[in-house]
Amino acid sequence: MFFDDYGPLILTGTWMTVKLGVLSLAGSMAIGLAGASCKLSKNKFFNGIATAYTTLIRSVPDLVLMLLIFFSLQIALNRFTDWLAFTQIDINPFSAGVMTLCFIYGAYFTETFRGAFLAVPSGQTEAGSAYGMSKWLVFRRILFPQMMRFALPGIGNNWQVLIKSTALVSIIGLNDLLRATQDAGKSTTRFFYYSIICALVYLAITTISNMALIWLEQRYSMGLRRAQ
Amino acid sequence: MIFEILRDYGKAFLWSDGFHYTGVVITLWLLVASLCIGLAIAIPLAVARASSYKYLRGAVWFYTYIFRGVPLYVQLLIIYSGIYSLSFVRSNGFLNGFFREGMNCTILAFALCTCAYTTEIIAGAIKSIPEGQVEAAKSFGMSPFTLYRRIIIPTALRRALPAYSNEVILMLHSTSLAFTATVPDILKVARDANSATYASFESFSIAGALYATIAFALIWTFRKLERHWLAFVKS
Repeated sequence: MFFDDYGPLILTGTWMTVKLGVLSLAGSMAIGLAGASCKLSKNKFFNGIATAYTTLIRSVPDLVLMLLIFFSLQIALNRFTDWLAFTQIDINPFSAGVMTLCFIYGAYFTETFRGAFLAVPSGQTEAGSAYGMSKWLVFRRILFPQMMRFALPGIGNNWQVLIKSTALVSIIGLNDLLRATQDAGKSTTRFFYYSIICALVYLAITTISNMALIWLEQRYSMGLRRAQ
Repeated sequence: MIFEILRDYGKAFLWSDGFHYTGVVITLWLLVASLCIGLAIAIPLAVARASSYKYLRGAVWFYTYIFRGVPLYVQLLIIYSGIYSLSFVRSNGFLNGFFREGMNCTILAFALCTCAYTTEIIAGAIKSIPEGQVEAAKSFGMSPFTLYRRIIIPTALRRALPAYSNEVILMLHSTSLAFTATVPDILKVARDANSATYASFESFSIAGALYATIAFALIWTFRKLERHWLAFVKS
């Protein structure tokens, strides 16, 4: 049959992996934008917090952070619900996975966006405010579109690393692509075959996102002349 | 609580559980072994990747594309549980002995993966060498082999240093996967401490602090090396 009847399970797992990746990408980009504006602000307090955050995250392995957050968050929540005398709330592996991936990759996106904001020539924002635009309007119309052009290669890199990190979430018990293929391998004792299937699906995901990225880069560099 | 864990597991976190090497020693061994093997294979592959022979270049590109496109955890599973489940591996004495050991599988998987990334980094550095340097060497009458040995490879390795230091840090982070193949690295000790005491936050925080310390030491070392070996690039 279709992968010894494990086909549907593998497809659901793939969908789970993609969902996890895309949601974490959106969340970590939001954290990254916030973090980059903190790092670029002159306020010492925000600056210090953002610097501590990026340094901490980038020096500790993502798997350690994942286990740390997954286990401690549940214990902290249990203590809190006990204290309130509520029934226990279980954090499911999916939301724990999304939260940890957002938290980890937010730090990487902070650095990407910080570099990209710095790469936009300051004359552009000055010209914007000379036209009487408000700060928000300058950000929306001038800074953000130009920043994206510089940030895109970095975003692409981070996405490739992020989608590969989603494989780790199976360690904290999510039924993702990796878990589905491992289950199939366990019950059919064809570990090698199913691990290769898993690898091929990941390869397909990274290939498709590579192509999407090339298309996006072309779109965002419209009107940009390149020296030949 | 954190002091009790440090008292009971401190030695295991750093070097030994009384019977075997564990913790930091194992993590560093995994890191150094896989990086050395990876770099040694990556240098010739990078030369091939940057060469003008289309098929040679394509073959190396294919290898790096596969190994950079699949998560390291999946690669480790293929090598550790996948290959060992094949019947011809079990019936062969040498292969059976090799793939039964989690340590061998882990180092093999890590080395293959870091080799792919390192190949791309060094190949990029080879392509960034100014044309004039190569032309000057040729006009001195150097043979292609001498040209690579004296000019291209030393320069490329120096230029690759900043990107390579990133790869080393990422590899340090990746070594935390080793516990899935029953290798007793830092994270394995932390998981043991966690399951014995239920003090998750403390156990994993100690592990995180150890990894961060190693990472900072590596970053500091690479900064020193860059100042020394990349002095000629500094403007």
